[in-house]
Amino acid sequence: MKLSRRCFLSFAVGAAAGINLTPLPWKLTDDLSIWTQMWPWTPVPPDGEYTFENTVCTLCPGGCGISVRKVDQRAVKIEGMKEHPVNNGGICVLGASGLQYLYGPFRVESPMKRVGNRGEGKWKKISWERAIAEVSEKLGEIRASGSPEKIAVISGNREGTIAGLWKRFLNVYGSPNFMTPASIEDSYEAALYLMQGAKGSVGIDLENANFVLSFGAGLLEGWGSPVRMFQASVKVREKGKVIQFEPRLSNTAAKVDKWVPIIPGTEAALAMAIAHVIIREKRYVKNFVDTATSGFKAYQDIVIKDYSPEQVAEITGVPESLIVEIAREFAEASKPVAICGRGEGRIPGNVHEIMAVLALNALVGNINSEGGIWSVPKPGYINWPDPDLDENALAGLQKGRVDSAGSEQYPFAKSLLDLFPKMINEEKSYGIEALLVSNANPLFTMPDNESVRKAFSKIPCIISFSSFMDETAQFADLILPNHIYLERYEDVSTPCMFQKPMLSLAKPVVKPEHDTMHTGDVIIKLAAAIGGSIADAFAWDSYEACLKETLGNQWDVLKKQVVKVDYGFAPNPWAYESKTGKMEFVATAINKSPDSIIGIPHYEDNGIEGEAGNYILIPYDTMSLSTGYAASTPYMLKIVSDKVLYHEDTVIQVNPETALELGLNEGSYAVLATAVGEARVKVTLYDGIMPNVIAMPSGLGHTGYDDYMGNGKGVNINQVLGTVEDPVTGLNAAWGIRAKLTKA
Amino acid sequence: MSASEEKAKEVSAEAAGHGADTSKEQNTTGIVFIFFVVGLAASLLAGWIVFPKVLYSQKQQPFDFNHQSHMEMVDNGCQSCHFFREDGTFSGAPKLAQCIDCHEYVQGGSEDETIFVEQYVANYHEVPWLIYAKQPPCVFFSHAAHVNGAGMDCGTCHGDIGNSTSLPVYEYNVITSYSRNIWGKNIAGFKKNTWDRMKMDDCSECHQKNDVKQYSVQTEKGACFVCHK
Repeated sequence: MKLSRRCFLSFAVGAAAGINLTPLPWKLTDDLSIWTQMWPWTPVPPDGEYTFENTVCTLCPGGCGISVRKVDQRAVKIEGMKEHPVNNGGICVLGASGLQYLYGPFRVESPMKRVGNRGEGKWKKISWERAIAEVSEKLGEIRASGSPEKIAVISGNREGTIAGLWKRFLNVYGSPNFMTPASIEDSYEAALYLMQGAKGSVGIDLENANFVLSFGAGLLEGWGSPVRMFQASVKVREKGKVIQFEPRLSNTAAKVDKWVPIIPGTEAALAMAIAHVIIREKRYVKNFVDTATSGFKAYQDIVIKDYSPEQVAEITGVPESLIVEIAREFAEASKPVAICGRGEGRIPGNVHEIMAVLALNALVGNINSEGGIWSVPKPGYINWPDPDLDENALAGLQKGRVDSAGSEQYPFAKSLLDLFPKMINEEKSYGIEALLVSNANPLFTMPDNESVRKAFSKIPCIISFSSFMDETAQFADLILPNHIYLERYEDVSTPCMFQKPMLSLAKPVVKPEHDTMHTGDVIIKLAAAIGGSIADAFAWDSYEACLKETLGNQWDVLKKQVVKVDYGFAPNPWAYESKTGKMEFVATAINKSPDSIIGIPHYEDNGIEGEAGNYILIPYDTMSLSTGYAASTPYMLKIVSDKVLYHEDTVIQVNPETALELGLNEGSYAVLATAVGEARVKVTLYDGIMPNVIAMPSGLGHTGYDDYMGNGKGVNINQVLGTVEDPVTGLNAAWGIRAKLTKA
Repeated sequence: MSASEEKAKEVSAEAAGHGADTSKEQNTTGIVFIFFVVGLAASLLAGWIVFPKVLYSQKQQPFDFNHQSHMEMVDNGCQSCHFFREDGTFSGAPKLAQCIDCHEYVQGGSEDETIFVEQYVANYHEVPWLIYAKQPPCVFFSHAAHVNGAGMDCGTCHGDIGNSTSLPVYEYNVITSYSRNIWGKNIAGFKKNTWDRMKMDDCSECHQKNDVKQYSVQTEKGACFVCHK
């Protein structure tokens, strides 16, 4: 039999006919269509039991409650906690994208020891036993050398047990150097102390106000507790009005009832002028001023003499008639309140400015009353027995602080971190042998980055407790990574600007992703390893045991409901803790001589760095960029406008008039140079900024972390910003800096 | 010889051979037909017998499980272990937490029990069960709507698995990686019982027959959106 072509064709026809009589083509078509629509390699999140666990967000000092949605044990989403006293179900973009910190590849996964040069990024993983042994040996050596004051802690926690444990550790060790990054809260607390003798924090009863004068406070830019401020400003506007004084048309200025542009740095003068109109027209609350305050006469004299709307119009650029109109409206409102602090309040600011604004509040009688400014007592739940201090410790504590806080010059300051680099670089203080950085990233967040880096270079041993490979961790010698906020216990006291005493408990909602350890536990282990009186002061087995003991019967309540608020709290508007028992227009604590005005609210151009005649550079904040220890997440960077960040370039806002002078167009590149440093930036023309003023976004330009967390995206504004010491508090009062702008 | 002469010779030769080749041609047609039949048979064989064997591969469950013996011990039928959570979601295959009360230690002599206790319970590792009825992630399926809402029996879709004494072999499609139970054991897609197949057509057949609301409760959109949100 010969196989012909016909045979073959016939076979093929038979096969073709046959295959159509089988399910093969139809099934294959179906399967292929499924395959192409649902690639098997596309990851599908595993399904499971859905649960929500409530805890506290500690990414900023806002103290919001969050609900973490989990599928089985895996956290998949963060939402605002419903009916929480601070955020009532709301959440900001940083809080919502918090899981990116949990799963991010930029986490420090185990203790690390530097093997290359500092900042080179060469690390060796070490065990926890080894890490604790190394740190305790180092600290033991420094102590044995007789200079225990030569260690310092920079802690992102101002209050609570973590701050408490650090302070206790330093105390028994013999160092007074506990430093915290400062913010507007520090200046507000100083002002409250000076005028009222109050040792608490400041609370703004914004929800009950119906007329808000905001001297630059970025209610929609992250000021205070951001979510609360969003919600409260809506509430205020339903009942009344918000007026924003700011050199730039910020989001807050754009959304409130009236935006009044003002020459930057002159807010105190405007507050004084508004007071002038109120006093001149006898619109102040006489009953309150007569009964509950002292020093009104001296204040009134200054206000009337130096701050007429006419005089102030020239200083601030706000028209005289507008000052009068706003002053009248403010005095007539039933629940007026005045607040200050630029943007999110990252820079502490001038204490006299806050005093001027507090005085304005006193004139309308809203100090410690509904809708006004309250002083909120600090929570008193940490009652640990005083530790025994050995001779070594007592000697170290006598040495005074490295940052000069509490010194003769700055007696009211508890911590002056911004002065620390200067003291080290200019050798104005003793050197530091070991720096411990916990929950903070000073190499990114502190102004004048370069000098901070220079000061840190002089410190032989830097130990970071960061969960992330941030800029400071990168520059450290050892990293002992903390759990991130979703993995750990932590007590959180009254949030920034919250008006009622509040205590919350952050609790672990997921198991630690990596080989990390709670910094609280590390402190206890370090103390035990060093031994002696230091070990004796830390008798707890673990941080959890310490926290449980500290919170006492509140532990169970807080574990269940996360937050506890003293709703019945109402401060007394008629009695103050000051020496006179009154709200003092003239702060007797600092006003030693009758001719001095240092204790009286006033406007003082305490200057900013740079040559006069240059442009003024001011930083601005936006909710889509985080400026603090928690860096902006990849999700946040996705929503940053290209008028803020254009590809890799920071975009600065320049008034078209100024741009014309400089020959700059929309999209031009320019070099921004200040006394501190310079940066290459892109220009956008913006009518919403005053001529001669340049605004630059803060929070950009990370170099730690990874590409997705904004490495190389824009420049860090702290490269070009400097610091100015407030004459009373010593805190940084630099609201801007003079800058030159040249076409690149 | 001229070209025209040559042509004429060829024509006459063809004419002479014509009658003699008729039977040979019939023979060839037969062979050709046989080839057709062989081709047909080969592809039928390939399509019906070989194809399913190639298309589906098998995986072993971590260990065997006897549904029947468990059913005898529980009060609430299938839902004793495959229960609805408080929020109405369906728990699916039981987790260790449910088994551990009885199976903390090895009981009886079965090899499967030993594997379970020693490899999973002792280390608290969840058992990676292979799920026969797992629908792809693009399908939104609510057990609550069917069992609690429509009052359907588990067996309508899953068959009488509750009385089985051992687990069937798990087969999956090598192209789509779906469980074979979705398309059904019958490669042609025919079914005798409602639980034989779980493809989209099988869902819609029942939905149409019972005149189920033809729109999604969540999105209020109709047609595809009932199951594909």
